[in-house]
Amino acid sequence: MDFPIFHLDFLGNRALIAIIAVIHAIINHALAVGLMPVVAMLEIKGFRLMQTNPELAEKWDSLAYRILFVAFLITTTIGAMTGVGIWFSASLVNPASIASLIRVFFGAWFVEWMVFVTEVVLILLYFLTWKKLKANMVKKFKHVKYGLFLCFFSWITMAIIVSILAFMMDTGNWNNDRTFIYGFVNPLYLPQLLFRTPLAMTMGGMIALFLTLIYTRKDPDFRKSALRSIRKWVLVWGPLAAAGAMLYYYVIPTNLVGNLPVAMGTIEFQSWYSQIIVIVIVAIGLVIGMANWAYFRPNTAPAWLAAVSILLIAGLMGHFERLREFIRKPYVIGEYMYSNGLRVEDYPLLKRDGILKHANFVATKEVTDDNMIEAGRDVFILTCSRCHTANGAVNPIVGKFTVMFGKEPWQTPQLKGYIKNMHSARYFMPPFPGNDRELDALCAFIKELQTNPQPVTGAQDGLGFNKPKPAQSVAAR
Amino acid sequence: MFYSILLQAQTTIVQKDIPLPLPVPEWFLVLILVLMFLVHILFINFMVGGSILTLVYQLLGLRKPDYDKLAYEVAQTITVNKSLAVVMGIAPLLAINTLYTTYFYTANALTGLMWILIIPLVTIAFLLLYAHKFMWHRLENNKLLHISILATSVAIFLFVPLIFLTNVNLMMFPDKWSVVEGFLSALVLPNVFPRYLHFLNACLAASGLLLVWYFGRKDFDFEVKFPSLSRYEIRKNLYTVTFYGSVVQFLVGPIVLITLPTQGLGWNVLTVILTGASIAIVAMVWLWKEITGPVAQFGRHFTKIALTMGVVVLFMGSGRQLYRSNVIDPHRKLVAKKTAEYEKLVKEAQAEALKPKNTETATAAAHPGEAIFQMNCVACHQVNEKLVGPSMVEAAGIYKGNIAGLIGWIKQPGKKREGPAMPAQAHIGDDKIKQVAQWMDGTLNSLC
Ligand code: HEC
Ligand code: HEC
Repeated sequence: MDFPIFHLDFLGNRALIAIIAVIHAIINHALAVGLMPVVAMLEIKGFRLMQTNPELAEKWDSLAYRILFVAFLITTTIGAMTGVGIWFSASLVNPASIASLIRVFFGAWFVEWMVFVTEVVLILLYFLTWKKLKANMVKKFKHVKYGLFLCFFSWITMAIIVSILAFMMDTGNWNNDRTFIYGFVNPLYLPQLLFRTPLAMTMGGMIALFLTLIYTRKDPDFRKSALRSIRKWVLVWGPLAAAGAMLYYYVIPTNLVGNLPVAMGTIEFQSWYSQIIVIVIVAIGLVIGMANWAYFRPNTAPAWLAAVSILLIAGLMGHFERLREFIRKPYVIGEYMYSNGLRVEDYPLLKRDGILKHANFVATKEVTDDNMIEAGRDVFILTCSRCHTANGAVNPIVGKFTVMFGKEPWQTPQLKGYIKNMHSARYFMPPFPGNDRELDALCAFIKELQTNPQPVTGAQDGLGFNKPKPAQSVAAR
Repeated sequence: MFYSILLQAQTTIVQKDIPLPLPVPEWFLVLILVLMFLVHILFINFMVGGSILTLVYQLLGLRKPDYDKLAYEVAQTITVNKSLAVVMGIAPLLAINTLYTTYFYTANALTGLMWILIIPLVTIAFLLLYAHKFMWHRLENNKLLHISILATSVAIFLFVPLIFLTNVNLMMFPDKWSVVEGFLSALVLPNVFPRYLHFLNACLAASGLLLVWYFGRKDFDFEVKFPSLSRYEIRKNLYTVTFYGSVVQFLVGPIVLITLPTQGLGWNVLTVILTGASIAIVAMVWLWKEITGPVAQFGRHFTKIALTMGVVVLFMGSGRQLYRSNVIDPHRKLVAKKTAEYEKLVKEAQAEALKPKNTETATAAAHPGEAIFQMNCVACHQVNEKLVGPSMVEAAGIYKGNIAGLIGWIKQPGKKREGPAMPAQAHIGDDKIKQVAQWMDGTLNSLC
């Protein structure tokens, strides 16, 4: 309400964050947390053989290096930039909530940053000194140590982020005490970590498997031993990932759904909550099957199938992220702030005075008979646009109302009756914040959208303060 | 002065701040913002300047192959510098987000598309840099392609700073917020381009100096690697790049100052900036001596130059922050005041809402079930007319005398009609469901 509102009217704003965040999470889990230990393991294999069998040692070493090369290319470009991108997109789409989170989690984020700097320095060291530090055992030992440190710091980075994620779902006692330590002692913290760690390790293992299948074509004997090691890795972590998923699966409802003021036994939630079991079984089953196939029949094992199983685990992860997002609604910060960026405690005031009066960057401060549509547009931007587009591809408001009320021109009482009560009808939507006049204006605007489809532009296209006023088409007709 | 602020307040947007206390003392945030930003921008300078120099050397290499090798050597430094530039940027980003929340986010949103495009653009530039570096030998015979890969990422590197500068410029001027229309109109606000020039020169100056050191290291076998080049000549040329990059700042700097809106200029800013500039003169003299001095003594001023340049940068960075707080602080006071007023209103309205209202009891429903209907069902149902779902009168008729069936439906609805399904209402609780059902079966059915 205090910021100019950035809005993408085709894809929707959430899609922007979602795309960036999903790419980042997958790269972080699979390549940074999960793959680094596999690389370190392969390097150590070579290191052990350096004296007895230098030729074989070199094979292990160069496989490890080539795998690291891929990880390095991706993590230091797409991985790093999508990490920054999460900040950028969150501050565009929901500035009030990210700003509040920063104030709560400044300490955690600051520590996270220091760990992250260490991680980046280590990956640079690890990758760039690989060739220099392999002349003898002493140097190589030093290099192996870089690798182990890197594994450790990558994991710590993830461990801190998870606490922030857990906090956003369940603020625990924070609302009374308002200190960030609650993020860490939150009941969802450990289950999330216990789920994400083995999942990341499994993904890392599968990526190593995939690359090994590609890189060792010409050397069947070595291929066999390399695949044996990686198979072992996957066989240890895969089942742990399944166990972690189940743990998390059972913890979510008791800790969240059960605690919510309005229980969420809704149909949507149930239906894809129960899909999780299927996905876990299929994904982990495929991973284990693939690892065995690669080991027993290394020459027939198709690399693409390994890629598919990586995507499936990524899908599993994505499913949990969606669950996390879904459960959070209608809040961005549980019981403190709704996803429209308004605090729960703002509501009585906004209902009394209207939201426009206290908003900035709006074209109108008060609804009058002449500015219904213009004001309604502002109300829409303020109260619905974080989750809905006007006519776009994702969650369009016109489409939603058409499903409910059909194609004939909608009537104000219909719309009004729904919006007034939308929070009790659909718990995941926050209640409508404004006053009655504003509700009228919103309805007028939604009716206008129905008869005269038009995209709703965001602040990035200019605020429209100085633009000619849009034609009052409804009044004219 | 005070009057002018008042006047401004009428035309300028004043927001409310985030109503949570700052997580750490303000001075700490300022410190992080100034110091870590300088570290960040130093690596950015190395990265941008380094890629420009790589491009130049590679073009020279078309004539003289050793320059191509030199370019390869410079390209090695970019990998490290670019990664450090990104991570070092996070701390000042965190600090500016916390300290200047409303200002920064407002500028971001107003230039939103370009702001978010930074992410894919820089990612692409990084990937191209890697392609350029790791395919150097593979593209040996296709120089045109190879050089255009680098040129593309240099072009991106030259563009992205404009986006950042537009943002940090726009954030300082709330009076401009209501008139800008997207990135382009914010870009042409006075001051963005002079600052951009300032930045580009800094890139050349900084990376020149970095490479003077890099090629001067004792364990760097310059003569072996580039037999046809002279270490002294190359380092001297790099010094010259630094020298010109810095001298031009003495011209661009004043332009930056002049184009800055005067509301933030004060003696504190000028003193700091001018002190910085006079220290820079000292560094200039040493640089001149290095460039023109005898070969035998080459390099003896290097440490002094690097240190004084560091000090200069510190002064300039502090001056910049002083200017920013001069401009923003009066406005921040207005914001703080408005936030406090608003919070008071919030508390008042909350207290009001808690008071039992007489009007409510007056219009209270005759049957408790009707009140529950008003709370939970009217979004989709009306008593007499079809809305999303059927009218309540119609629905009640279906379950005449079958309260259990009605309760069953409300808790776990089925799917009968076209259109959307009804979501389960079990969450409102068994008691209330029973009351609604009783109201429907009793009152409504007696209506018909
Ligand atoms: C927190 C995000 C959020 C906000 C804010 C929000 N909605 Fe929704 N809304 C949703 C979601 C999610 C759905 C369900 C989409 C689907 O069907 O998958 C939805 C569905 C709807 C539907 C269809 C409901 C149904 O039963 O099928 C309507 C109508 C609607 N929203 C109107 C609004 C209006 C009007 C506003 C603003 C006053 C608004 N919403 C604000 C998230 C939101
Ligand atoms: C989100 C919108 C929504 C809400 C909220 C809602 N309903 Fe419904 N209701 C519907 C729809 C849609 C239908 C028609 C469903 C069908 O026939 O498939 C329906 C049908 C019904 C029926 C008819 C059942 C039948 O057998 O034909 C009853 C009774 C009913 N609702 C009661 C209620 C009560 C009581 C509440 C409040 C506690 C309520 N509904 C809340 C949408 C809603």
